[in-house]
Amino acid sequence: MVVYLIIVPLLGALLTFVLPSDRARPWIVAATAALHTALTVAVIRAPDIDVSDTVWLRFDALGRLVLLVISTLFLICATYCIGYLRVRAERPNRIFCTALMIFLAMTSLVALAQHLTILWVGMEATTLATAVLLYFNQNRRSLEATWKYLMIGSVGIALALLGTLFLAYAALIGLGEPVLLFSDLVRRAAHLPAPWVRTAFVFLLVGYGTKMGLAPLHTWKPDAYGEAPGVVGALLSGAMTTCAFLALLRVVRIVDAAGQGRFARELLVVIGLLSMATAAVFMVGQRDFKRLLAYSSVEHMGILVLGIGIGGAGVFAALLHVVNNALTKGVLFLAAGNIHRAFKSKRLEDVTGALRRLPLSAGLFLAGFFAITGSPPFGPFVSELAILVAAIDGRLYIVAALYLILLAIIFIGMGSTVLAVVQGVPPDDAEGRSFRESPFKTVPIIVSLALVLMMGIWIPEPISALLHAASRLLGAS
Amino acid sequence: MPPISDSILIVLLLTNFFVLGTANLRAAIRAVALQGVLLSLLPLFVESHATLRLMTLVGVTAIVKGAVIPALLLKALRDVHIGHEVEPYVGFVPSLFLCAIGTALALLFSDQLPLAPEHRAGLFVPASLATLLAGFLVLTTRRKAISQVTGYLVLENGIYVFGLLLYQAMVVEVGVLLDLLVGIFVMGIVLNHIQREFSSLDTEQLSRLRE
Repeated sequence: MVVYLIIVPLLGALLTFVLPSDRARPWIVAATAALHTALTVAVIRAPDIDVSDTVWLRFDALGRLVLLVISTLFLICATYCIGYLRVRAERPNRIFCTALMIFLAMTSLVALAQHLTILWVGMEATTLATAVLLYFNQNRRSLEATWKYLMIGSVGIALALLGTLFLAYAALIGLGEPVLLFSDLVRRAAHLPAPWVRTAFVFLLVGYGTKMGLAPLHTWKPDAYGEAPGVVGALLSGAMTTCAFLALLRVVRIVDAAGQGRFARELLVVIGLLSMATAAVFMVGQRDFKRLLAYSSVEHMGILVLGIGIGGAGVFAALLHVVNNALTKGVLFLAAGNIHRAFKSKRLEDVTGALRRLPLSAGLFLAGFFAITGSPPFGPFVSELAILVAAIDGRLYIVAALYLILLAIIFIGMGSTVLAVVQGVPPDDAEGRSFRESPFKTVPIIVSLALVLMMGIWIPEPISALLHAASRLLGAS
Repeated sequence: MPPISDSILIVLLLTNFFVLGTANLRAAIRAVALQGVLLSLLPLFVESHATLRLMTLVGVTAIVKGAVIPALLLKALRDVHIGHEVEPYVGFVPSLFLCAIGTALALLFSDQLPLAPEHRAGLFVPASLATLLAGFLVLTTRRKAISQVTGYLVLENGIYVFGLLLYQAMVVEVGVLLDLLVGIFVMGIVLNHIQREFSSLDTEQLSRLRE
């Protein structure tokens, strides 16, 4: 049962690859995405389906949660793609669509993996698929972004492999065999030698942290998100980084069970605050609204690891923020993609008055900005507030104060750029007016925003149950 | 651990210094090929029974790391008609010095780690860490895309050495296979595109995207 979630998108990839028609391919992608979401929902609604095909792939609460996030965001993006690829009809889309399908298959593999090596293989394959997606525009700038992404990403993934090997070695010494199954490692973690566990954690944090884009390993992010199509930015910042975060969560659970939780959490708090601070520095006065979103992604990855680092109720809050962040990033990147297309620029010098030219997209962009910066009544408000409360409950007053100050700076910095984009009078050029806000390019964004709003007002019972089960799995009460 | 494997590892460490110290890109690629051949011999000292798996690992490592990838890089070097100078950001003497410090630290650090009894005498862990560090140095201090790929390959070689300590876990093979994918397909293809777009493989030209 579980493997269908990987096989279905792989079949979709095969189909998009052999199909000769550029017009039909986006529909195949969207149909496969819909099937994938239907399968995901079916599996989540039937808790007794827990029985696994193998010990390596399995549905635990954490995997279900991540899978639900990935699948929903992918369906939104795939629907948007139908409209987007119609606008970009001059470009062949065979490789792009195939890479999209492989991306879905591999992120699902990461969500289901119960074995550190399989998890790593999934992340590596995701990296390769995204490199192809980044290069869609095939110009010098996207080439540069792809090269940087590949070099930095490959080093990150190599260090994650070394961290994985270190954990296996810890198991070899402590348990007599190189175990890499999560459940085995967690159960027998008390026997793992501490120096190896700590070294392994540092390498895995650096490795998967690079994929998440935590500062100071975030340098690929502004270039990649700046040059990639908006829809690829949404998938990277909502799905790929979520997968990397999941990998980190699995590792933290093992390290925690091995009695090194304190060491791990201190590192996570420091790197989380550092990421937020780095994002704040580069967001103030940012003249490029797609790079602005990239730094916003750095910030929110920081918030996620900060939540885990705080521990206790912070774990639940961080998991809730995974959902909120992914959906809100969907709104922001897709709306930014429309604005970018209509103005043929992403610099503030050329883009003003978006609300007049593209009332719907610019309105959604503005709403997305309020949502991501934690304004009520949207979802991120709830999760960001919960992390603050967890920090105060844990008596981490300095952390709480820094967190609040950084959030405030980012709100002001991001706000000035976003307002400059949406307000004012659009430049007078006939060409720009030709862009139409067709339903395919707006309805997916509206749906995404509606979900963000729902998460802020009322969290549906199955999702709330899933969040609780996932935080129990991570050892939080 | 038989002393022959330690001799191989010491030669591996020396090639690290050579890759960092040579001004000639072609020589650096050849040194990486030599590293690949050295690595392919190491599994013979980890596993004493001549199983099919062992022989395959030795053969595939020798072919891929010792021949195919270096040959691809040398071909790329010929095709693009770029100079054979390495052009580092950091001079040769300082980078050799850094590498020496790194190797010493790797030796000290691996002394602190608890090792399985059969690994205590060998050089596998320090050699792995030192090679990793040398690869990282090459990767970060060189200007040309091909040099950076060379650094990445050295870095991977370091990981391979460590993977051998876990021979029973079958993780070495996974690493080799997937790194192959990165090495040949992706970097090969992207190098090709960089060359076509910029008529050069100097990553200095890849500097439009800045704050």
